[in-house]
Amino acid sequence: MTENERRFPFFHEVPAPEGAENWKSMYPYYLVPGAERREEEDSGFWFADTMHWSRGVHPFDSIGAEAVYLGAGQNSTRIFVLPTSLGLDVRVMNGYVYIRPIAVTDPEEIGRRAELFQERAGYYYANWDELYAKWKTKVTDAVERMRTIAFPPLGELDPIEVVTEARGVSTSWDIIANYHRLIDDFFVIWQHHFEFLNLGYGGYIVFFQFCKQAFPQISDQEIARMVAGVDVLAFRPDEELRRLAALAVELDLVGEVSAARDAGETFAVLEGTDTGRRWLAEYETSKNPWFDYFAEYGFTNDQETWISDPNIPMQGISRYAQRIANGEDVSRPIERLRSERDELVSEYRDLLSPAEQAQFDELLGLSRTVFPFIEEHNIYVEHWAHSVFWEKAKELGDFLVAAGFTDARDDVFYMNRFELDEVLADVVQSWAIGVPARGKQRWAALIEERKSMVAALLAQGAPPAYGVPPVEVTDPFAVMNYGVTTERVKDWLGSAESDGSALSGIPGGPGVYEGPVRVLKTEKDVATIQPGEVLVAAITAPSWAAAFSVAAAVVTDIGGMMSHASIVCREYGIPAVVGTGFATARLKTGQRVRVDGETGVVTILEEAS
Amino acid sequence: MIVDPHSYTYRFADEGCSDARLVGGKGKGLGEMTAAGYPVPPGFAVSARAYRRFLDQDNLRRDIAQQLDGLDPEDYPAIEQASERIDTLMATSRLPADVADKIREEYAALGELVGADDVSVAVRSSGTAEDSSADSFAGEFETWVDIQGIDDVLAHVHRCYTSVYAPRVLRYALERGIDLSRIEMAVVIQKTVRARTAGVMFTLDPISGDRSRVVLEASWGLGLSVVGGEVTPDRFTVGKVGLSVQSRVLGDKRVEYRRGDASVEVPEDRRDRLCLEDAEVVAIAELGKRLEKRHGAPQDIEFAVDEELPAGENLLLLQCRPETVWSGVERAPAFDPKEKMMSWITSSITVPTKVQSGGGHRHE
Repeated sequence: MTENERRFPFFHEVPAPEGAENWKSMYPYYLVPGAERREEEDSGFWFADTMHWSRGVHPFDSIGAEAVYLGAGQNSTRIFVLPTSLGLDVRVMNGYVYIRPIAVTDPEEIGRRAELFQERAGYYYANWDELYAKWKTKVTDAVERMRTIAFPPLGELDPIEVVTEARGVSTSWDIIANYHRLIDDFFVIWQHHFEFLNLGYGGYIVFFQFCKQAFPQISDQEIARMVAGVDVLAFRPDEELRRLAALAVELDLVGEVSAARDAGETFAVLEGTDTGRRWLAEYETSKNPWFDYFAEYGFTNDQETWISDPNIPMQGISRYAQRIANGEDVSRPIERLRSERDELVSEYRDLLSPAEQAQFDELLGLSRTVFPFIEEHNIYVEHWAHSVFWEKAKELGDFLVAAGFTDARDDVFYMNRFELDEVLADVVQSWAIGVPARGKQRWAALIEERKSMVAALLAQGAPPAYGVPPVEVTDPFAVMNYGVTTERVKDWLGSAESDGSALSGIPGGPGVYEGPVRVLKTEKDVATIQPGEVLVAAITAPSWAAAFSVAAAVVTDIGGMMSHASIVCREYGIPAVVGTGFATARLKTGQRVRVDGETGVVTILEEAS
Repeated sequence: MIVDPHSYTYRFADEGCSDARLVGGKGKGLGEMTAAGYPVPPGFAVSARAYRRFLDQDNLRRDIAQQLDGLDPEDYPAIEQASERIDTLMATSRLPADVADKIREEYAALGELVGADDVSVAVRSSGTAEDSSADSFAGEFETWVDIQGIDDVLAHVHRCYTSVYAPRVLRYALERGIDLSRIEMAVVIQKTVRARTAGVMFTLDPISGDRSRVVLEASWGLGLSVVGGEVTPDRFTVGKVGLSVQSRVLGDKRVEYRRGDASVEVPEDRRDRLCLEDAEVVAIAELGKRLEKRHGAPQDIEFAVDEELPAGENLLLLQCRPETVWSGVERAPAFDPKEKMMSWITSSITVPTKVQSGGGHRHE
């Protein structure tokens, strides 16, 4: 069989896990593979978007897959008219999110789109700083709008003001209206997410290609390092941890903040002393907004933020405090990072001819204009907006419990967004009429069934891809952002035949390291990582900063040069290999591996003892 | 110091040794490196003037010209014959006594400098011309290593002279319409290195032309095996920015020259062992990077690791000259400067993006 004929399984060839046979019924029909679309679905190449969903999605959580790829599609296909890429088609398969880039291949059509793109994207590039400032306001406003949404329990009667203000509309209607506002703003924010993202990557890619032409052997990392920001919002939460750690040392509270106990207990102990209270006051200052921060990216309902689980930031603070107490300097060497970056730029620039230097300067300038968005947008969208969104979704869960419709807050996540709309209609209408909600028993049974289905889906991992891969992966965003390259796809295809002692990925951060593996399945495992270990995860978010300060190397299943794990690893100077496809499935805690951040290869040296 | 342009010899440290018209390209490279404090084995150049002085005797110029007159570039037997006759002519003419005396004097001084009588030296051709015609002969002229004793040294200087009209060179010159009488043969005489490892370095990647890389090819023993293509050398690529070794490709090093006269087989256990440590590779590349900066253009450099000198002082440079292949290539920026940035961006996101990945090239 030739390379071209090799393919991944088709959706319809892979059975549901036992106990989850009815899984498709949980999601909107257009998000799941369908018999009537089989021909088209089989002809595509679908890769797992474990970058956003490292785990399977609950029915409600599938809203993220809709919002992300609505925003991506609108901006690529319809607003900025990318010449060769339309949107990314999306499916949920056995609970996991898969996407396929839709390419434009007709040269005439590409030419027509290229002209439109120049006009439309040109406007954004020409006014980038001003428009980016507006973007921050638009997104912040949307987040604040979501924050004002409430789902108070329905009392027996409407309040008297409904009468005295002659509103004519019951407060119960607010539940319906607020639910729609919440969903709408979530979709709006995701459109904003992509308002700049592809343009940002485009600005970077042009510099990238310039460098590759001028220096055919330059590494992707070196190019990225020339562009990287030094004072970036994304590092701020981690900086707050260091600030609080330093304060703990100053106030002689290292023992208190490092004690092995629940963060709640630690806070109670600190309340008892003057210095403790002083420290807690500073903790509160840092918390808003910097701990409004997911351990991952907040694409699933079960993720904790640093606020919802203070054990996560406290572990980081404790680690930093102990290191500072031992005389270590844990501060980010901003000056050194900046001068290293400047030196890298000037050394490469010196190797160019004057004509090339002029272009280099122009393109580096463009890259640095667009890069802050690439580095900062996650804070606004994936952290701040998502944390409010899930908080409100959980309040809806509480609302249903208060209405006697469900037993537990998280039951709401077993309904998809349309079903939840129906359920709210049922609850509100039934309340208005004065009868018990009609779907209570029906949903009790469904939730029971779905709990075991979702558990079965989550227990089974996601294969990296389905369908027929292209001979060459050319989509610039699939390559840059998801790390899905032609080589990677070949590795995935070939992995069944390999002996499994090595994994190939994309070199994300330079350096070579050998050490023991620590596989982290969820952010709750972050606390288990020990100094000198190799952090292995489906994806690593910058919010795992405390773990990065401990880990000696990082390996991920998904990600490219520009994915967040790579950016952070380069920043922290840790060797990293990203986009390996199978690291969390293949590697076991305790194994000894070599992580080669120069070549992108992870080799198993010794099995776990 | 005022340079005497008429001297028959120039020591590497002399100012005159930085003038290619006096000492040829090779001599100039060594002179400049020595003057700038680079680690170069000591030696001196026999000047182009000495060669002219040689040609001025016995009607040599006229007789040589006669042999070349009307020679058909495609008539190989005729070329061979002419070359042979010129060789006889030049061999019959002795080195002028004043030239020989000057070489004798300098050779003795070199011996004194390194503390050895009859110091072993390399005798290397270093052609020059008023125009650039000598440049294209780099590598065509001869080099001898491990020459000992003044008589042998003089004999090899003499052989350098006759090598100007060697059949291979003559054919090459005729094909390209180059007049060999314009070439003047300076000769470099340099203490032989006791090389554990030696090789060639380019301060760009000779295959891709990438200026951000330094590429070294090296093998065991003297550099003759690498230059002569008798081995597949180890190949090292170093990032010029940041100076880190980026790849090491093991060669097949079957023979080595312990001395200049004959090669010996490399014992099994060293054939497939890299002949340079990473630290050495980086140190050599750093010298290359400095030399490139100094000359403002990519360089082609011969180096050796001496096995007698202590670590830290054992890296030696034997030659430095401008790289000629890529340096002549016009380099256009990646994007058309007449177009606007937006069209650069558009074309960038329209053509497939090539991202390197480590998977492919590590199982070699």
